[in-house]
Amino acid sequence: MSGDHHGSSAISEQVRHVEALLEARGLVDEGELDRRIDEFLAGGSPANGARIAARAWVDPAFRDRLLADANAAIRELGLSMSGGLQEQRLKVVANTADEHNVVVCTLCSCYPIALLGPSPSWYKSEAYRSRVVRDPRGVLEEFGLELPPTTRISVWDASAESRYMVVPRRPEGTDGLSEEELAGLVTRKGLIGTAAV
Amino acid sequence: MPDRFAPGDAVRTSTADPAWHTRLPRYARGAIGRVVELAGHHPLADDRARGLPGTTQAVYHVRFTAADLFGDGDHAVTVELWEDYLEPADPQGGTP
Repeated sequence: MSGDHHGSSAISEQVRHVEALLEARGLVDEGELDRRIDEFLAGGSPANGARIAARAWVDPAFRDRLLADANAAIRELGLSMSGGLQEQRLKVVANTADEHNVVVCTLCSCYPIALLGPSPSWYKSEAYRSRVVRDPRGVLEEFGLELPPTTRISVWDASAESRYMVVPRRPEGTDGLSEEELAGLVTRKGLIGTAAV
Repeated sequence: MPDRFAPGDAVRTSTADPAWHTRLPRYARGAIGRVVELAGHHPLADDRARGLPGTTQAVYHVRFTAADLFGDGDHAVTVELWEDYLEPADPQGGTP
């Protein structure tokens, strides 16, 4: 398993070679893979995840629907997980005073691109992927997140077909903010679970 | 085929170390956990990686305690596992 997702030229050459073969054999049109990838990434941004989290903060019924069936709930906001070849299942988990959730893909780097955009490099690093399942409290402290000892930590390993997103806890003192202003507070790390908001 | 497991069921993961790609992470082999919920039905990744058609089967979120996975720690890890990786576990045999 390669832990290096940072522009290994050997991998890039292999990818170009496979792409050329697919095109030469007429399996894909010239440039089709680039277009598909562009389409897949288009619109993918942490702003989408932030909108979902803010709606969950202001609308408890939406929060319940989101935690029960995230794919259906995000369609209410005009969002979907069907940017790729098929719709991916989305599982959303919400942080509380008692439980903190954090997401990882230990086997590769599965990530909800439609809702969070391309993943940060640390998410793909071997260090994060191997250590956060073993010692999440220690890893979160390295991110600057110190949780009370009474807060349980749940790690979610995206080992199959689902993608995961965390709804962070709503910060205190934000009662007067609009939904849009609340969304502006939500960070990518908050939606992965490596930071509070 | 009906799903073999339901939320709340205690399951034990396979101890096999296959020569091919598998989505049962090594750290979760041979461990007892509890099914949290069904995560849909998908072709077995191990089959697809070998160019086989792949039998579609249930995939579950299975929750393990860190103590059961690693021998210590107070957190939980939820892994998403195909039915093939799971056997029923004696509920008395562990308390995940």
